[in-house]
Amino acid sequence: MLKYDLVIVGGGPAGLAAAVSARDHGIESILIIERDKELGGILNQCIHNGFGLHTFKEELTGPEYAARFINQVMERKIEYKLNTMVMDISDEKVVTAMNREDGMFEIKAKAIILAMGCRERSRGALNIPGYRPAGIYSAGTAQRLVNMEGYMPGKRVVILGSGDIGLIMARRMTLEGAKVLVVAELMPYSGGLKRNIVQCLNDFDIPLKLSHTVVDIEGKERVSAVTIAQVGPNRKPIPGTEIRYECDTLLLSCGLLPENELSRSAGVELSPVTFGPVVNDSLETNIDGVFACGNVLHVHDLVDYVSQEAAVAGKNAADYIQNGKNTDAKAVEIIPEGGVRYTVPRYIRPTEMEDTVTVRFRVGEVYKNCQIVTYFDETPVLKRKRPVMAPGEMEQIILDKKKLQMFPMLSKITIKIEEA
Amino acid sequence: MMYDVAIIGAGVVGSAIARELSKYELSACVLEREEDVCCGTSKANSAIVHAGFDATPGTWKAKLNVRGNEMMEQLSKELDFPFVRNGSLVVRTKDQDISGLEELMKKGKENGVPGLRIIERKELLKMEPNLAEDVVDALYAPTGAIVCPFHLNIALAENACENGVEFLLNTEVTSIKKAAEDYELTILKKPVGAAAVAGKEPEQESIRAKVVVNAAGVYADVFNNMVSEEKLAITARKGEYMLLDKTAGNHVSHTIFQLPGKMGKGVLVTPTVHGNLLVGPTAIDVEDKEGINTTADGLSFLSEASARSVKNVPFRQVITSFAGLRAHEEKNDFVLGEAKGAEGFFNAAGIESPGLTSAPAIGQILAEQIANKLSLVKKENFKATRKGILRPETLSMEERNRLIKEQPAYGNIICRCEMITEGEILDAIHRPLGARSLDGVKRRTRAGMGRCQSGFCSPRTMEILEREVPMSIYDITKNGGKSSFVVGVNKGI
Repeated sequence: MLKYDLVIVGGGPAGLAAAVSARDHGIESILIIERDKELGGILNQCIHNGFGLHTFKEELTGPEYAARFINQVMERKIEYKLNTMVMDISDEKVVTAMNREDGMFEIKAKAIILAMGCRERSRGALNIPGYRPAGIYSAGTAQRLVNMEGYMPGKRVVILGSGDIGLIMARRMTLEGAKVLVVAELMPYSGGLKRNIVQCLNDFDIPLKLSHTVVDIEGKERVSAVTIAQVGPNRKPIPGTEIRYECDTLLLSCGLLPENELSRSAGVELSPVTFGPVVNDSLETNIDGVFACGNVLHVHDLVDYVSQEAAVAGKNAADYIQNGKNTDAKAVEIIPEGGVRYTVPRYIRPTEMEDTVTVRFRVGEVYKNCQIVTYFDETPVLKRKRPVMAPGEMEQIILDKKKLQMFPMLSKITIKIEEA
Repeated sequence: MMYDVAIIGAGVVGSAIARELSKYELSACVLEREEDVCCGTSKANSAIVHAGFDATPGTWKAKLNVRGNEMMEQLSKELDFPFVRNGSLVVRTKDQDISGLEELMKKGKENGVPGLRIIERKELLKMEPNLAEDVVDALYAPTGAIVCPFHLNIALAENACENGVEFLLNTEVTSIKKAAEDYELTILKKPVGAAAVAGKEPEQESIRAKVVVNAAGVYADVFNNMVSEEKLAITARKGEYMLLDKTAGNHVSHTIFQLPGKMGKGVLVTPTVHGNLLVGPTAIDVEDKEGINTTADGLSFLSEASARSVKNVPFRQVITSFAGLRAHEEKNDFVLGEAKGAEGFFNAAGIESPGLTSAPAIGQILAEQIANKLSLVKKENFKATRKGILRPETLSMEERNRLIKEQPAYGNIICRCEMITEGEILDAIHRPLGARSLDGVKRRTRAGMGRCQSGFCSPRTMEILEREVPMSIYDITKNGGKSSFVVGVNKGI
């Protein structure tokens, strides 16, 4: 059996940043396992710009952003295996992987970082009725076909869901010569970033129909028409509001799901809200020495935040490998309330945490002129005014260790949205 | 072309007949309008091997169900397809009378179904902890089973093909004429992919056959009525289903039927042989014999109706939904044998539930009748077994590594949800009647059948088809005809 101090599952932005951070914190023996033919993950098909504004203070494309981290991995001579699939992770931290050259093999790791990313919600999971012809793609599959293979999946396009990939693909397909007829969004607000709505839809006169969904797909061989309808507050279609679009393609951008099949088989506790692992302030799961970061933990809007989060996971994994873990440390749960859907991390250990810990979360609906209030037990300790908050944009607060230590008997932290 | 036998339809029935006939010295062909075998009713059903208590005693359905059930296990070994005898339960709720269950048991005994017994709730809950609160008892049929309908159909067809039956795919029969000694069939050879998209017309040809077998599913009435004086009337009866992720596959272990009642025939909840959970079907008669669309009403009905027998079905785990069409003949039984006034024209018509179960028995009966008709003699070199696509997950790590050393493609995962390797996809393409479409690969290997529903693997599978067949990327379809996946290159439209 091979032995490594740290095995990182996934060579996308999360895995790369975690590897660099772990090495910089003194871990020599690191292996990144990547299932695709190159490092960089899904960034390699995100050829649009807008990446790296926070991290590098400049605007990069996805592949350029990935290249910055790939270079750092190369400079540090961190080991990686490409075209290699992790088949299983055991709770004893034995990773079983497979590729063409090595066959199936096992690695015993002292620590593991989960960085497998996420996948798109499929048509089937959305229960859209109608025929099942060719021409229905997830936005990410279409993005791969157009940006990496150079093929157009269709000419006249309806997009369901206003997630960022769908918005980006509306512009991309338009630039490549297709006609994007409409973007329909089930919710009364977009799931994507404001800037993407402006730059990808408004600038190209592509209509966005909020509170609309697909109610029928026609076409026995290839999509021939898609019908959308308005939905009421219960999200059920309102009869009589149907609009039919003749088209050959339906792209779906209806949400991303963290890919946690491996985590589940290892016994990692998952959140029913994020579908990602439940972690503490060091981004460690319920299994000692197994950490998670990036979109496998919860779906992010910006890769910059993925990189930041992954660096934290890498540093903490290094610390775990070098110093072990104080298993007696008290953990305080963060309770999301009043519009806050979840928090990552869910547990804070005041004695073990870094000087500051960033807590990220999403809200459940659109809030205007509200504030994010953090309570230590019943005491409000932190208020942050936000003119607008929406589910499509991740929010954060920063917890300060010094402040936490002023509450030695703390039993819970509550984060909620309140009127300002 | 002149054949002894021409079979219309490469579904499970046509393929079972073809396989049985391939035991004899003859020239036979199967004419299939789709681009692959198993494309109609055979691909979209409950995937159940029924025990046989449901059909009216004395009917073909009753006889062949029980016989088909008996044959299936042995056949699954000979032809290497997944089959699990998981047992079935017909559950009764407290608002229903016990006489319904007793009636079923009585019919079952008459039909020769072994081991039937009624089980009370207490014992039932040990077998199935997720049964609904209102369930009081159930009829247990230990011979009830589940099967992979794709693999059953494909295995029969592959084995027939290996034993010399010719399969003409993308070939639609448009007319059948009786001649003095034989039949003349007009066929259309349908274009696939780019040619179909560009509007190329199908090419018309004709073939002759001494015997024609009508296994045309929902269209069997059309062909029968071209030659026979005894007309058939087949209605397409739609059944919608929802398939749940493998994480929900253990929700029940038996096939759970509902006792028919004033709420209708009820829906079943069953594990599949691959470990998913299947809920369905609806039963709605439709005009359109191509109407395999799902409906909002149908899908919401399934989630409501299933709750009568099984609680807490995790519908958030649905990965796909689909609909199939049952070929319902108005006399409510299979129509088997030589058609009236049409010597040499044999029907296997009206094959609805329990058609999948009965298919091997139907094949046997029809083949015997045809062999008598044509005085066929048995082949000496009939190859009775067929090896399925190797599933590396069934091997030990040592065996797997030996395999990867010999064939590195088995080390390359293409479908990450179902963990399907390139080696399996190559096998699916290069074996007899190999896959030529994404759905063809999917039915043979399960690549694309998992929770992401081919989002990740479809571009990779396309690349493999393009390289291995080889074929143009524009000819790669989801399922033949105009179902191309890409329509041009960037800026090329």
